[in-house]
Amino acid sequence: MAEEEHVQEPVEAEVVPSEDDSGRISEPEPAVSKRIGSIQFSIFSPKMIKKMSAAKVVTPELYDKEGYPVDGGLMDIRLGVIDPGLKCKTCGSKLKECPGHFGYIELARPVIHIKFVNLVQNLLMSTCRSCGRVLIPENKINKARAELDAIEKEAGVEARRAHVSKIISSMKTVNKCPHCKAKQYKISLEKPTTFLENEKRINPIEVRVRLEKIPDEDVFLFGMNPKFIRPEWMVLTVMSIPPVTMRPSITLESGERSEDDLTHKLGDIVRINQRLFENINAGAPEIIIEDLWDLLQYHITTFFDNAVAQLPPARHRSGQPLKTITERIKSKEGRIRHNLAGKRTNFSARTVISPDPMISLNEVGVPKIIAMKLSVPERVNEWNITYLKKFVENGPDKYPGANYIIRPDGKKKKITDETKEASLEEIQPGYTVERHLLDGDIAIFNRQPSLHRMSMMCHRLKVLPGRTLRLNPAVCHPYNADFDGDEMNLHIPQTEEARTEAEILMEVQTQLISPRYGLSVIGCIQDAISGNYILTSKLEFSREEAFDLLYSAGITDFSKLSRKERISGREVFSALLPEDFNFTGHSKSKNEKGSDDVVITNGKLIEGVMDKNNLGEGSGLLLRNIHKKYGKEFAVKLIGNIFRLGIEVLLRYGFSTAISDTDLPSEAKEKIQDVLDTAERDVDGLIAQFRENKLETFPGKTQAETLELKILELLNKSRNRAGELVAEYANKNSHTMIMAVSGARGNLINLAQMAACVGQQALRGKRIEKGFYQRTLSCFKRGDLTPSAKGFISHGFKNGLTPSEFFFGAMTGRDSLMDTALRTPKSGYLYRRLANAMQDLKVEYDYTVRDASGKIVQFQYGEDGIDVSKSEKGTINVKRIIKSMM
Amino acid sequence: MADIFKEYEGKLPQKILTDLKQFMPAKASQTKIKQICEQVVKEYNESKADPGECIGNISAESIGEPGTQMTLNTFHFAGVAEMNVTVGLPRIIEILDGRKELKTPSMEIYLKKPHSQGTDIKKLALSIKETTLDDITSEFQINIVDLSVEIMLDKQIMKDAGITNTIVANALKKYTKGYNLKQQDDSFVIKSKSKDANLNDLYKIKEKLKPVHLKGIKGVTQVLPVKRDNEYLIITAGSNLKDVLKLDVVDASRTVTNNIYEIADLFGIEAARQSIINEVFGVIENQGLNVDIRHIMLVADTMCNSGIVKGITRYGIVSQKSSVLAKASFETPLKHIINSALIGEVDPLDSVVENVMINQPVPIGTGLPSLVTKIKK
Repeated sequence: MAEEEHVQEPVEAEVVPSEDDSGRISEPEPAVSKRIGSIQFSIFSPKMIKKMSAAKVVTPELYDKEGYPVDGGLMDIRLGVIDPGLKCKTCGSKLKECPGHFGYIELARPVIHIKFVNLVQNLLMSTCRSCGRVLIPENKINKARAELDAIEKEAGVEARRAHVSKIISSMKTVNKCPHCKAKQYKISLEKPTTFLENEKRINPIEVRVRLEKIPDEDVFLFGMNPKFIRPEWMVLTVMSIPPVTMRPSITLESGERSEDDLTHKLGDIVRINQRLFENINAGAPEIIIEDLWDLLQYHITTFFDNAVAQLPPARHRSGQPLKTITERIKSKEGRIRHNLAGKRTNFSARTVISPDPMISLNEVGVPKIIAMKLSVPERVNEWNITYLKKFVENGPDKYPGANYIIRPDGKKKKITDETKEASLEEIQPGYTVERHLLDGDIAIFNRQPSLHRMSMMCHRLKVLPGRTLRLNPAVCHPYNADFDGDEMNLHIPQTEEARTEAEILMEVQTQLISPRYGLSVIGCIQDAISGNYILTSKLEFSREEAFDLLYSAGITDFSKLSRKERISGREVFSALLPEDFNFTGHSKSKNEKGSDDVVITNGKLIEGVMDKNNLGEGSGLLLRNIHKKYGKEFAVKLIGNIFRLGIEVLLRYGFSTAISDTDLPSEAKEKIQDVLDTAERDVDGLIAQFRENKLETFPGKTQAETLELKILELLNKSRNRAGELVAEYANKNSHTMIMAVSGARGNLINLAQMAACVGQQALRGKRIEKGFYQRTLSCFKRGDLTPSAKGFISHGFKNGLTPSEFFFGAMTGRDSLMDTALRTPKSGYLYRRLANAMQDLKVEYDYTVRDASGKIVQFQYGEDGIDVSKSEKGTINVKRIIKSMM
Repeated sequence: MADIFKEYEGKLPQKILTDLKQFMPAKASQTKIKQICEQVVKEYNESKADPGECIGNISAESIGEPGTQMTLNTFHFAGVAEMNVTVGLPRIIEILDGRKELKTPSMEIYLKKPHSQGTDIKKLALSIKETTLDDITSEFQINIVDLSVEIMLDKQIMKDAGITNTIVANALKKYTKGYNLKQQDDSFVIKSKSKDANLNDLYKIKEKLKPVHLKGIKGVTQVLPVKRDNEYLIITAGSNLKDVLKLDVVDASRTVTNNIYEIADLFGIEAARQSIINEVFGVIENQGLNVDIRHIMLVADTMCNSGIVKGITRYGIVSQKSSVLAKASFETPLKHIINSALIGEVDPLDSVVENVMINQPVPIGTGLPSLVTKIKK
């Protein structure tokens, strides 16, 4: 914006770049020697506007006949250049080097700045029309000022602002100046920019005169600082013209030039301004001058803000409103949120992802095509020159090659087949080679929405064939990724500092423990859980089979296996665990005896099975304890091994779900039918009671409400009973059952819904009631209260639903879809607000939590200073420490 | 043993110390205890948050991320139509916004003995419930000829609620100035004293009388006695903690409302902070999500930092920021920029977004430490 002066105060040079003669710093850029310490906001004075201008704009013309920018026009090359080949007349730089320079126009008549009208109104209303003093008696002025200062000291700028508006409103009723005793008249504002005194118009010239009269001491009371602003500056007499670089024109394919919205608007302003000048000089009648003046006011107003409520927005010829300064800054697509708070980056890639359990958790598989497009800069020195020359020799088309070399002066040279030889000759210590990606390079991997810090982790690169990015399925959970077409982003850090930071702070193993709840966010999923469950619960192998299994899972150390002929699955699993690991916990499933204990002693799984409770993400302390005892590297390796073991087991065992998994013996079918029939009969009984008004009501409820409640309870009970029967009779060894029991996928309710009965469909906690008059669907009788007419689905998915049941199912299905669709933006906004409010809270060196201005929020983080991601489920596990020490 | 633990007070947080005392085997020797304590101190120090850690953002993530997994529905309490509780995401938003008007205000009233064991619990509950004239009236009749309003009372409801005609008469007197109040057996007749009464006024007085408070506690629209852990308590819809605490039978030390502002007014900011923590934590737990309480504490602390409860909105916490650009990057950027230009505000560039905007390292985490070197000349 033209009004805010951005004074950049260079702080004394703090860091000085020292020439690093070892050549280890790979960045050719010099180190930062200056930084911005603070930014001062204020309003430009007319003097300042003129002083910082490179040119005065006097003509609305843009280009002459040759297409060259007109001197004194809006595209004057003193305001910056946007054409290749031209040089800026002010700074002498070429396109992209010249930052642009401001210009100004002298306005024929003053104009009120739209963004300050309310303030101008306040000033006019609260100051004397003749002497310019504030309408507060002399003796009270100092008191008011002291009050303001006290408030600012205590409660900050915002509170002061509130108090200022209170003072101003207190002056509304004063009609006699306490200083010069002049009578005051009522000032009103006819929106947007016309001021009236006693219904008579005061023009901006007079407004400006009155504002000029206000003495500096009184300006304070309006919350303004006379050091930076004078009230009369809010009425413009000269206007700043933004540099050309801020409003570049686009050359269309046809060779035609299309100007920026701002240039259009400025053209209007300059044109009307010139006309106004001419008319005034020619002594035109007052009416014509007034009209032009109003027009000028309109154009300047819409130049600043094209969405003023009382004005018609200025439009293109096509009817589309112009995007002027306010619209450029505002909103998500505006300058601040789009360009300043969010930046774009080079050296990144994005494609579809697919799983590969055979790469390590902290690796990312990158297709060769990407590996040859992205690059890592490496500084040449005398020890690596032969190594780097090989890349240059390979060129950009042969992997592993290099794309560019950068000379010590920062000049970038593309390597092509033609320039290859020359580049090879040229290269010497001090040069930088941008070589292709290699295995082991550092990359940052990310999936949107990036809701937590584990959405952006650092992986080691692994160049693979194919065209997708590959990741280990165990890290799906922190990214919340699946492989139904998800895409992910890959960034290659380009400096040594960035790489080090990424490696130390962001690598997968450092992110194992969630800062949300202090447990592992990475664990086995799906098949890996089923596999380990099967392995530890029922399998037994010969020695050869066990070796084969372990080897194919990537384990080569078999020393932990016993010398027995037959080796149990538990022993195979134990082969992964370290010798001195002890653990007791609980599994999700219970064995035949009803016990869910898991005991690991000296690295041997003695009792229990491995399932979701111990292997899955966010549950159980097994992974947490391993992480604590053996460190992050080991934990990552172990999770990878367990994962692969689980998959290999399934590969050998064979695993699939079949429709027959939902088969029930006829005895069970009869029982379930019986349960459902009884329920129906009971409901009928209840309805009959209700019809005869004999139903015993619950306190505070009507008969109808009571009936609904009782029916709902009854139906839920019978559905649960049916579920229990399914759990009891269904084949325990069916693969569906294994998945449900181990926690790999699905649950018993899913199974019951497939095999027996889907159950009551509920909308807003009640049975379905919407639809037709007194009935849900037209196939039912009016007033029908039976289960089936109110959304009870008595069939299972396998046997198929009746049409009405299917319809009810669709109703709840849509309801839940709507719920998700409405929830996502709501929770997104909550998150944005939270992040914005708390982003600068940090732990200080004295362990207090403070905000950016140093205000203490907590004396110790979380009252004990413990970082959740270093804790065990939010605490220090005293029990474990005692046990290990005893 | 106790002396050893005493030594560690101040070195370890209270919770860990109690854990230590509880789990320490009785047979452990002095040196062993000492060793264990040292080990605990070591692990405690290792798991402290590092200086520079941007825990504010971590807490925001920890609450924002599971937000996508929460439900939007309100939950109907025990099926009573007017009595439901806002849960899930809407409730969290409500709390963090710092809204003064809650969607479903509610109290949990704990009682003193013997009522906590169930004595007269229903009667007690009903006595708390607010009864208005509308509740006990079967019909309001406007007599156009007489220009009078007749209030027909329902004797049965009155008897249940324990309201007598005198109570009604006393309550009505206050609101019927300028009118004649005539009492009949089961009705009241109201007639204007002035001669030029019109129908409009009559209608107005009728509407005015409907919500006249007769009995119970103002604002409590529903009551429900429930049994929880061998104890009876009363759950209400509508909240008026101040008046409830005045009742003798109420156990004031445990009775709570879900309205944070009410708590802030009655008990002060520290209580409000605890109440925010309890409410948010309750909702998150209720949804089966796992969020460490430290994150919620930090949010509550930022909300209560200024001494009054402030919501996480552009009017609340965000307006407190010292940085102009940080405020501008949130919402209504122009307003902030213009206002700060007027008073010549200085942006000290000491928080995160401003430095992102101008491409400088942010003063958080690894950007926190800085080096000053002298220039060799």
